[in-house]
Amino acid sequence: MRAYTSYEPLTEYVLRCADNTLVLGHRISEWCGHGPILEQDIALTNMALDLLGQSRMYLKYAAELLGHEETEDSVAFLRDAMQFRNSLLVEQPNGDFAHTIVRSLIFDSFHYFFSEQLIRSKDQQLADIAAKSLKEITYHRKFSSEWSIRLGDGTEESNRRMQTAIDDLWRYKGELLTPDEIDNEMKEKGIGVDLNLIAPSVDNYLSQVLSRANLQLPQDEFMQKGGKQGLHSEHLGYILAELQFMQRAYPGLNW
Amino acid sequence: MSESSMLEKFEDKIKREVKIEPREWMPDAYRKTLVRQISQHAHSEIVGMLPEANWITRAPSMRRKVALLAKVQDEAGHGLYLYSAAETLGTSRKEMVDDLLSGKAKYSSIFNYPTITWADIGAIGWLVDGAAIMNQVPLCRTSYGPYARAMVRICKEESFHQRQGYEIMLTLAQGSEEQKAMAQDALDRWWWPSLMMFGPSDKDSKHSAQSMAWKIKRKSNDELRQNFVDATVPQARLIGLTIPDPDLKWNEERGSYDFGEIDWEEFWNVVKGNGPCNKQRLDARNKAHEEGRWVREAALAFAEKQAKRKSEKEQVA
Ligand SMILES: [Fe+2]
Ligand SMILES: [Fe+2]
Ligand SMILES: [Fe+2]
Repeated sequence: MRAYTSYEPLTEYVLRCADNTLVLGHRISEWCGHGPILEQDIALTNMALDLLGQSRMYLKYAAELLGHEETEDSVAFLRDAMQFRNSLLVEQPNGDFAHTIVRSLIFDSFHYFFSEQLIRSKDQQLADIAAKSLKEITYHRKFSSEWSIRLGDGTEESNRRMQTAIDDLWRYKGELLTPDEIDNEMKEKGIGVDLNLIAPSVDNYLSQVLSRANLQLPQDEFMQKGGKQGLHSEHLGYILAELQFMQRAYPGLNW
Repeated sequence: MSESSMLEKFEDKIKREVKIEPREWMPDAYRKTLVRQISQHAHSEIVGMLPEANWITRAPSMRRKVALLAKVQDEAGHGLYLYSAAETLGTSRKEMVDDLLSGKAKYSSIFNYPTITWADIGAIGWLVDGAAIMNQVPLCRTSYGPYARAMVRICKEESFHQRQGYEIMLTLAQGSEEQKAMAQDALDRWWWPSLMMFGPSDKDSKHSAQSMAWKIKRKSNDELRQNFVDATVPQARLIGLTIPDPDLKWNEERGSYDFGEIDWEEFWNVVKGNGPCNKQRLDARNKAHEEGRWVREAALAFAEKQAKRKSEKEQVA
């Protein structure tokens, strides 16, 4: 992997998709073997598998755009934190099951409306990846929504844990739905999604789920941002330390 | 029907290779043996997820990561079918899981060894899933119907795991010096524990004879162990790895490999809880269980509320 300091706008855009799915897939895969219920362990692993599968399609496309013999593995394993373009939300720790579910609920709600639009991209590869992923994303959104409702409307404890998770993670929602220059340029070219267009659908969907779950929308509207421009939380470095360990310790080998 | 005529009928079915089904009469000891064996097997699948899950976040390539994740998920699925098969005998999953968590129930000792390097993932697939297949293929013909049917499904997946593990080892063995050393080191550590997976030698195995008579077990521990050695030694040679046993040699007369004495002291030590990871594995299961308690309680409370809402609605309608 070459030492890139910046990427072409399309590459930036593809990396955002690749890294969101890679980092969330990584986080959810941490649950494997440790889930609260065996059936849910299997379901979480399914989601991790789906996300990593989606990520691989984006990573391969990013590698192709980067050229210079980059591969899905060099793109995933040989970039440092400032070259990652995932949103801050997906790198947040699993926490308790409530945090994992709320993180997925927010991401899946965004990802669903985003991918539904991305299918219309003038960029054929992006459109194809989105089309291939939508069924999985629809299932993920169903899973995280149903669990949000079940836990929100379960016991007093589960309601309290869910509300805490919402209060903790809500601040990372804004970045997903707020366009920056890259988003605008890609939208202008008919490649990217108009985030302003999907934002009301996402918000509407989320507030419906939260109300069915007896959960409150946070009052504080302040939103953190920076992930998609490469400005991350402290968590990402540790994710990369695990994710990239083998490729860093034994460079250039076949596995 | 009197107990003795029911027993006669049961034994006749066993003799004629007719499967015993859940609602049929069976001797208490047969039922108990099955619950013990099937639940131990289920626990092994579940605890067995831990050493492999240990490498999911660190797998060396995207392809390997996804394959490993899918493999560990298969093991969870095996645990699920096996708990269901055991439940048909009248013991609930909760009771079985409680016995695992308290340390009362056993699981395969092999999972009390650590996965230290990536090559251990190859070695587990190749040797541990390989040994599991040796054990389990005969169980596809076991006398209890639900167990036999679960095994058919499981064996297909285990043989896929075995090939995948062997392929990891092959790739390492063909790789750099470091990779070859990593593969050999993993084989050195996993070889003897894999042989121990078949259990004590026939002369010391306390449950074997009755289980064979009931056709729960279809081949003896030593027979299965020998089959495993005979199948695995050529596979190691083929990829240039050395089995860590100076006494290993081909026996022309028997048409089998002779191999060295297993360290039974180590075996019993690990069974008794003194393996390198016994405590860690059980702690991990208990932690997941404790931390999941509020989730299970919430799911139950929600289901009850839903049922109540539904019946209230029906009353109004
Ligand atoms: Fe299995
Ligand atoms: Fe098994
Ligand atoms: Fe397996």
